[in-house]
This record gives sequence, structure tokens and C-alpha cells, in this order.
Amino acid sequence: MSDSTPLRFHVPEPSARPGDEPDFSYVEVPAAGSVRRPDVDVDPAEIRDLASSMIRVLDEADQAVGPWAPDVSSDDLGTGLRAMVKTRRYDDRMLTAQRQGKASFYIRCTGEEAIAVGQALELGPRDMFFPTYRQQGWLIARDWPLVDMMCQVLSNEKDRLHGRQMPIMYSARQAGFFTISGNLGTQYIQAVGWAMAAAIKGDDCIASGMIGEGATAEADFHHALTFATTYQAPVILNVVNNQWAISSFQGIAGGTRSTFADRALGYGIPALRVDGNDYLAVLAATRWASERARSNWGPTLIEWITYRVAAHSTSDDPSKYRPFEEWKAWPLGDPIDRLERHLIASGEWSAEQGERLRADVGEEVQAASREAEGYGTLLDGRAPSAKSIFEDVFEEMPPHLQRQRQQMEGG
Amino acid sequence: MATMAMNVALRSAMDVMLERDDDVVVFGEDVGYFGGVFRCTDGLQAKYGSNRVFDTPIAEGGIIGVAVGMGAYGLRPVVEIQFADYVYPALDQLISEAARLRYRSGAEFTAPLTVRMPVGGGIHGGQTHSQSPESLFTHVCGLKTVLPSNPYDAKGLLISAIEDNDPVMFLEPKRIYNGPFDGHHDRPIVPWSGHPLGDVPDGYYSVPLGSAAIRRAGSDVTVLAYGTMVYVAEAAAEESGVDAEIIDLRTLLPLDTETIEASTSKTGRCVIVHEATRTSGFGAELAASVQETCFYHLEAPIERVTGWDTPYPHAQEWDYFPGPERVGAALTRVMEA
Repeated sequence: MSDSTPLRFHVPEPSARPGDEPDFSYVEVPAAGSVRRPDVDVDPAEIRDLASSMIRVLDEADQAVGPWAPDVSSDDLGTGLRAMVKTRRYDDRMLTAQRQGKASFYIRCTGEEAIAVGQALELGPRDMFFPTYRQQGWLIARDWPLVDMMCQVLSNEKDRLHGRQMPIMYSARQAGFFTISGNLGTQYIQAVGWAMAAAIKGDDCIASGMIGEGATAEADFHHALTFATTYQAPVILNVVNNQWAISSFQGIAGGTRSTFADRALGYGIPALRVDGNDYLAVLAATRWASERARSNWGPTLIEWITYRVAAHSTSDDPSKYRPFEEWKAWPLGDPIDRLERHLIASGEWSAEQGERLRADVGEEVQAASREAEGYGTLLDGRAPSAKSIFEDVFEEMPPHLQRQRQQMEGG
Repeated sequence: MATMAMNVALRSAMDVMLERDDDVVVFGEDVGYFGGVFRCTDGLQAKYGSNRVFDTPIAEGGIIGVAVGMGAYGLRPVVEIQFADYVYPALDQLISEAARLRYRSGAEFTAPLTVRMPVGGGIHGGQTHSQSPESLFTHVCGLKTVLPSNPYDAKGLLISAIEDNDPVMFLEPKRIYNGPFDGHHDRPIVPWSGHPLGDVPDGYYSVPLGSAAIRRAGSDVTVLAYGTMVYVAEAAAEESGVDAEIIDLRTLLPLDTETIEASTSKTGRCVIVHEATRTSGFGAELAASVQETCFYHLEAPIERVTGWDTPYPHAQEWDYFPGPERVGAALTRVMEA
């Protein structure tokens, strides 16, 4: 053997595992208001530092501070708060329905509500959102009927998707909400294609694509950045960094070597790294990226720093791979609490109003749930018809599918 | 009416559709300014502008991914994968996305894409420029798969594919872009100019998807073929003296089972020919279909003549290619059975 150094294989490990004290020392949290806000026509090369800092608006005293503090009315903030509270209540109800055996599966977005809700309320009615499975807040913020969402989760007779998709894989074109895939990352490059189409047609609407930090490892992420920069597509490329991809911490996607926002810099795409639990920062960063896209300044990548408080899904048990109640140590807090405290500090809200809001939303969700379950659940077998599985494979059913449908019916 | 080579007829189809429908866009690697490595899009960018016809990064998954997004928006993308051998990075976008969009969204979103790609060997392309992956696509519910054999059909089928509101895989046998090829590689190249199916109308017309054509009427045996193999089968029939009825499938999915059943019931014998590898190839589906519908008419086992189950070799491509001798031998065998 030579006297050379043996090579060492490196597998990154998270800062804490079950039984350890949670350790978020790797999350540097700059003071709210400390990051500059460049003009939207800035040369991406001049704002490379924004990919490694963190844009925050709400400070320790719950005030909106600094250049990113958005011009937004307290009514609009109240709308955002209501949508976030409703989203969380909806999640709780659907989790219960799954535990009761009424749905096969569910995914909550606890702790991440601000991102989807903020984008839904900041972007325009004709813009198209390409979500992952943790952005139900978009639909709720846009007042999409809860009953319709619940019927999809319950795969019942009123499910517009006819029981073809697993729960939570909504599709709502009228709400600007693209059909959710089950394969990760695929929607990211599709968002770029949609934005390219809008530019080809001289339209005035833009696209916003979502991806988790884990799925940035997929080729689709890199395709999206390549095509977006090549054609200067009017698209917002969001990376929701919630620290965990099922059991894999963000380091398994290369997150300990650089930020996910940094990925954009090599493509010449401006990148913002933003406190995703700060509702006002979500509005501000979305507005900045949206103005860029609408002014033909091209794509923007935004990394949202947040934390996946809930399990990945109802099929997951996070206590097996991360400290129990790690979320309690998360340094960016809870998006609902933070916005509510800000509204209270601004004199626009009170604890009593908060209680009333929760009571209202609770009743609304409960009423919707009663109605949706009236159309069937997994327990009562009132699923869409068996023969409907042959529809929509193609626009017109070809002969071989007609034959197979007859076979299914015993013909 | 003009004499057109197949690549010219394909270009004419795209030209017609770019003219007729503002939502048609054409893109792929080298298809814009240069006009494609097989010249199928030559001149289209100059005529319609780079908003409608443009070059893409070398990323097949990205090309199909943006096409899906564009289709969802309302465009009608016609994309070129430079060689079918390069399509594999795009399979996730084709199988999980384009093919499923209508189904999973209850028809809220659709993927009216046409994905063109040259297939087949015989051009010294080796294992990465010769493959025929049609059975990968026919196995995917939600995709249509088309494979023309001549300029007239190529243009009419491509127009149908572009007008179709579902994703269509459009496979172009590259060896016959410039002329029909019967597998006799040692003979002079024959151009399309002498062939009746090289006469192509200049304007709009269509050939429907899902419809086969009988290229040679016969009574002894039914040959099921597509693409280049139609000409190989024609040569084999002439040279073996077997009176074969040769069916050019044209569309593999949806498959024209009526034409196949009518012919095979009549002849009682069936030989299936394709250039792709044999195991789990489209011939297996054809053989199963024929025995399901024609079993009691069959007088001999169904034969398959295909590429071998090896990668497409470079120096030995004519040993791999199922030429007229192998097809003729199969015709003779089924007659003797």
C-alpha cells in the first residue's frame, strides 16, 4: 500500500436526533429590517448577498420595520390571518377524518401557512400557481369552497377528480391552482413553461412554482433554472426550506454547503432568502419578485426559511428521526402567532377578536365537514363509479378502453 | 401537389399548422436557426420568428417539462427530441405528467403536445442513435404513439397529431427520411421522387390517428409492420414469392385492430416485423391481440422478426437489422407450417 491518505466518505448528519436537545444554531437570524431592498431592475450580480442573508420584517417588538415592510392595509393583514387560521383548522379536521378512517391519507402544512396564503393574496387572479402538497393555504386564502377540497380528500361522490388522485392532490384551475402531482419537482419546470407561454403570447400574467428543499436535488429544479434564465421567463421560483424531507434533513440535499437560494446565482437569477414564518416578509418578497416578472426583468428565486412542524404525512412518525417537539425550539416562531401579535401591537386586533375568529372558522370548517361527509367517505363506500376510471385517459375514449370497460362490467 | 422527402413533408406539416394556429410553437435542440439536424424545421424560424420556433437547452426533461406547462396554458407545443435515444431523461415528464394531466385533473388541465423523434437504425448510429423505443410509449396509458412510413402519411399524421388534444409521440424512422429503404443496404439509395407516396399536397390535409393502411394486398399471410419495415416486408414478399398482405400500422396506439383482424382472419397466418428489440416489444402486444381475435383462423404459429435483444451495434448493424432475408425466411416458414 502507498502511504497516501485513505479517502473518507462523508454523509451529512443533522444537528440533533431523537433524544438530543434541538439545535438550530445553524440558522442565523439577522435582525428584522437589516437587509437592504434593491430596486426590481437591479443587476442580479449586485445582490448576491441576499441569497445568504434573511429578509425579515417583523421585529422582536412585533413591529414591521425596515425597507421590506410592505404597504399593506390592516384589513388585508386580517384577511391573511383569517386564511392561515382557517388553513390550520382545516388541517386539524382532515387529520381527524383520516384517523377516523374516512380518508386514506392526509398532509398538514402546520407552521408553513404564511407562504401559500401570502402568495395567494399577493399574486393576481390570472397568475398560475404550481404547488407541492403543502400549499392548501392558497386555496383557502382564495376562498375556494372547503367542501370541494374535503370531497377530494374523502374521494367521495362529489370529488371533482373522481377518486383518481390520493387525498390532498387538488386541482383548481379557476383558483389559479395547478393540478398537484405525486412526483416531486415536476411542476417546477412546468411553471417555467407556463410563464414562457404567457410571454410568447404577450399576456400579462405570471407563474409561481413551488418546490421543497429536498426536491431541489431533482433534475427538474435545474431544468427550471436553466430554462427560466435562458428565456427570462416571468416566473417566481420558490424553494420552501422546511428543514426536513420526510426523514432527511436539508443537508442531504446539499443544504449544509450553501443556501438553496445560492443555487440561483450560478444561473444569473436573482435570489432572495426570506423568513417564511414572517407573513409581511412573504408579501414583500413575493411583491418584489412579481414586479420583476411583470416588468420583463425575468425570474426570481426565493428560498423561504420555515419549519415543518407536523409529520411529513399521516404515514410518517417524525419522532423516529428528529427530537421530539423540535419545533418548539425553532427560532422563527409560528407564522400565525407572529402576525396576530403584530396586529395586536398595531392596535388593530385583540385577543377577543382572535377568539371570535377561531370560533367562526371552527364552525365554518365543521359545517363544511358535515356537508362533505354527507357525500360519502372511505367508510361508506360512496366512491365515484368504477367505470369512471376509463374516462379522461384521453379526450375521446379509444376502442381498447371501451372494450376494457365492457369487460369490467362483465360484458 | 409536390414531390417531398419525408423530412420535407414533416416540415410542411409544421409550416401548415404554424400558419393555421397561432398557438402552435415548435422547439427543441438545434431546431431554431439551424433547422434541426435532420432539417425537419429548416426555414421555420425565419418564417415565423423566434417567438414561435426556437432552440432549447440540451435537457430533454426540461423540453418536455416546459411543453407540459405551455400546453396547460393553452399552447400547442410541437417539440423535437433530437434522437429517440435521448428521450429517456424526459420519461418522468412524459409518463407521470403529460400522459396523466387530463386524468388526474378531471380534464381541468391537458397536455396537447406532439413529441417528434427520429427512431431506428441503418445510419451507422450505434447504440445511441438507432433505437426504436415505441413499446415504452405504447405501454403508457394516456399517450398516443404514431410511426409513419412515407411522406404523405407523415404530413397527414403529424397534422392530426398536432390537432389532437392529447399527447402524441410521433416517431420518425430516420432511415427513410430521404427515401424508402427495403433493407438492401448494398444497393443504391432510392429517393422518394419515384414513389407514389412521395407525392404530397402543399396545403392542409390530415390522415386520421388509429387507422392502418394495407400496402400490399395478398392472400397467403398477413404481415404487420410499420415504418422502415414496411419496405423490408414488401421486398421480402417479392423475393420469397409468398403472397403476403402487408399492413402498415401507422398508429400503434390507438391500434387499428379491425384491419388486423380482418386480414389475419382471411389469410390465417401472421408475421410481425419490427426493428426494435424483441422481448416485450410491440410485436408481443400484436401477437397477443391476433391470437385473442383470430385464434381459430390461425393455421401456423405467429412469427416475430425483430431486432435482437442486444444494444444496437455499430459495426454489425446489418447483422442486427431485420432485413428482407430474415423476413422472407419467416414468410416461408409460416407457409410451410
